[in-house]
Amino acid sequence: MAAAKKTPVTITCAGPLNGALSGVLTWVDARFPLVKMWEEQWGKYVAPKNFNFWYYFGSLSAFVLVLQIATGIFLTMNYKPDAAQAFASVEYIMRDVWGGWFIRYMHSTGASLFFICIYLHMFRALLYGSYRKPRELLWIFGMLIYLCLMAEAFFGYLLPWGQMSYWGAQVIVNLFGAVPFIGEDLSIWIRGDYVVSDATLNRFFAFHVIAIPLVLLGLVAAHLTALHEVGSNNPDGVEIKNQPKDPQTGLPLDGIYSHPYYTVKDALGVVVFLIVFSVIMFFVPEMGGYFLEYNNFIPADSLKTPPHIAPVWYFTPYYSILRAIPPLFNSQFPGVLGMGAATMIMFLLPWLDRSPVKSIRYKGPVFKGALTIFVIVFLVLGYLGTEPTNVWGQFGAWMGNADVATVVARICTAIYFLFFILMPWYSKIDECKPEPARLTW
Amino acid sequence: MVSAYSSTFTRVAICAALLLPFAARANEGPRLQTAPINSHDLVSLQNGAKVFVNYCLNCHSAGYMRYNRLQDLGLNEQQIRDNLVFTGVKVGELMQTAMDKKDAKEWFGVAPPDLTVTARSRSSSAGSGADWIYSYLRSFYRDPSRPTGWNNLVFANVGMPHALWQLSGQQQLHEEVFESEHAAKAALIASKGVAQLEESHEMKDGKMAERFVLKTLTAGGGAMSQREYDRTVTDLVNYMNYMAEPARLERRQIGFYALLLLGLLFILVFALKKSYWKDVH
Amino acid sequence: MAATGVVGGVAAAATAVPFAGSMFPSERAKAAGAPVEADISSLAPGEMKIVEWRGKPVWIVSRTKEMLDGIQKNNGRVSDPKSEVPLQPDYAKNEYRSIKPEIIVLEGVCSHLGCSPQLKSVEAKNDMGQDWTGGFFCPCHGSKFDFAGRVFAGSPAPVNLRVPPYKFVGDAKIIIGDDSKGA
Repeated sequence: MAAAKKTPVTITCAGPLNGALSGVLTWVDARFPLVKMWEEQWGKYVAPKNFNFWYYFGSLSAFVLVLQIATGIFLTMNYKPDAAQAFASVEYIMRDVWGGWFIRYMHSTGASLFFICIYLHMFRALLYGSYRKPRELLWIFGMLIYLCLMAEAFFGYLLPWGQMSYWGAQVIVNLFGAVPFIGEDLSIWIRGDYVVSDATLNRFFAFHVIAIPLVLLGLVAAHLTALHEVGSNNPDGVEIKNQPKDPQTGLPLDGIYSHPYYTVKDALGVVVFLIVFSVIMFFVPEMGGYFLEYNNFIPADSLKTPPHIAPVWYFTPYYSILRAIPPLFNSQFPGVLGMGAATMIMFLLPWLDRSPVKSIRYKGPVFKGALTIFVIVFLVLGYLGTEPTNVWGQFGAWMGNADVATVVARICTAIYFLFFILMPWYSKIDECKPEPARLTW
Repeated sequence: MVSAYSSTFTRVAICAALLLPFAARANEGPRLQTAPINSHDLVSLQNGAKVFVNYCLNCHSAGYMRYNRLQDLGLNEQQIRDNLVFTGVKVGELMQTAMDKKDAKEWFGVAPPDLTVTARSRSSSAGSGADWIYSYLRSFYRDPSRPTGWNNLVFANVGMPHALWQLSGQQQLHEEVFESEHAAKAALIASKGVAQLEESHEMKDGKMAERFVLKTLTAGGGAMSQREYDRTVTDLVNYMNYMAEPARLERRQIGFYALLLLGLLFILVFALKKSYWKDVH
Repeated sequence: MAATGVVGGVAAAATAVPFAGSMFPSERAKAAGAPVEADISSLAPGEMKIVEWRGKPVWIVSRTKEMLDGIQKNNGRVSDPKSEVPLQPDYAKNEYRSIKPEIIVLEGVCSHLGCSPQLKSVEAKNDMGQDWTGGFFCPCHGSKFDFAGRVFAGSPAPVNLRVPPYKFVGDAKIIIGDDSKGA
């Protein structure tokens, strides 16, 4: 067995502690690939130099994940996952635990901001074709993270045991009842009871606190590994790996090391994010009832359904699609399938986009138009999901007195799916511009 | 640098997002009045606590609120013990009611709900939870058809009797019928106080006719003048608003300092970023 | 760079404060640990009353003259006759370890491993030995204490029984857990 390699690790940023710290790190590095990991994953990871606003949200999402885990641990110290005590335990945290309100609001604000970051992060991929070859698997891992996150949020929302928690869970679990043949038994198995009850609460607690966070951490590790294997995309969609190398640094002409450039730039992103976070957390944590729903300040009552049940805002586009699809053969299953398909179809993006260029900057007007319409449709569906179906009144008898909102939701659902289904065609016929050899800002 | 596409797109998206809520129909619930509460007025809060303990805790609980938290209102434990604790419990206990839940359900049809966070749960697009409670407590009117003899313009057919009737007196319901929606809405805007506009359809001469009814309240004579009663209710609502989130004022204060600190950090990190990036072109 | 580090460190520390602080006893824990009132108006001489404070049994014993004399006789046989180890408030650092000699307040938790001892009066000489003047006996490992809560030498327990903070309100009431002056 060869003698242990003792390459000294030099630190230059700890000032007077340089000597001691260097010694400890050298010892560790001889026994654990510390320096190698640091350099490969971040320190000497070569990234394109032209990352813009849309590139902050990956690191911000990771930051929020850490915040949610930290606040989650401290909430679990005082929360009681028992139907008779859950609601009271949340108020206990808000009032009787020193600093409890701080931790609770951080967790509720973080949950919503997590989804804002993720949606913007996914939109970046749509803008710049970050899902294109060779990043298909990166996109798939990301989509799996998105699905896990939705599950995590769904399980977490039952925990406060308010009216919205209870009835939202009741509605969503009943969706599984729409599955043909096995639906009823499936719902009972998921709930652990005939209705959402203490059994459901306890298992959702287990999922929310340990099962999904572990899966999420694994998927995030896979996501980052896949990224570092193929390298990052950039706003021009031009691979820097194919560029000639700078004779002095050995890096691609438009490549820079992540450290210190993106360390300091992402740090700036975190500070700005924290400012937005703090404004919400300290001044408008309820966010008009969108982040903390008003109905959830009423303890769950299995005998009284609130007049208006809506999922939390980040689920509303899919809820809209679910409601828009009418029942077929007395079954709600088509709606459930539609909602599922709306999420799953995004997995196929790497293979649907047949454009010769990756980035929107060089795509033609057809794709730009399609993406703009898609975003508008997504936002409209999202808004409609927060309101009851009669929010925009009714058409006259000529349209069978149909709800205006339902008709609009149906049109939007069709456009939503067409965005994906027609993409192999319109991405091909689009008139693209030539991609540059060097990156632009 | 932001490309032409994403900046135009962003502007269109923001405009669309801002206009959407206005496309919605006007709220059809009762029109609430804004509660004129001042969260910093300790005297009002103390009076509100007194009214709450004297009039509300007989039937309702505030089971998440501890008596000794009332020290937030500038009282000490002895004052709380002497003036606000009637059930003989220790000052560190939670504000429970003496009334048994099962009895209450039998007497009123439904157990009186816990009031600790009502000022949060009653928020809606029509107004804050405090506005709702303020309007509710001022909208009881005499209705012999109800088991308690009282009804409420904000909460139709409520099971609660008018606990503060001796102070407010007995208000009566006033209904005005309009043929056109336009005239009814104009009357609603012109009216003062809590009001409810109801629309009903009925067959008249073989045609569907719409009827618009504007419901308002006329004052009754009680132990207090209208002004005094409003002020008492304001104090009570102020207290309930505080009780729903005792940490509210502290949260805003800390938020102010947090933003100051983050602002400073932003300036420093921004300068650091600029200095590292100055050679990247 | 250094300035940024410092300010960033301050921000991080400020954020950590609520997290660490949340682990201190909550209002509910503090309320549950609040002082307890005991009514001793019907306590006969020689009798013991037990109340619960902070989850522990607290003994209030009304001592007869005979019991007080018996305490004097134990001075040579207890490990810490003068209560040097600080297990009592200042007002209980005397020969009878109490405010008033006729009433002793003790935490009924054996200083060995936490069992709750039993009262053994002077009549229990058959079990406790001929020189027994009365006190407490812990059944778990055999520690013995006198009526001032002082541990007998040779017991597994190392130190005396703890005296909690307490005060009299008139002659009929004792408040355990609070010895502040004033109401």
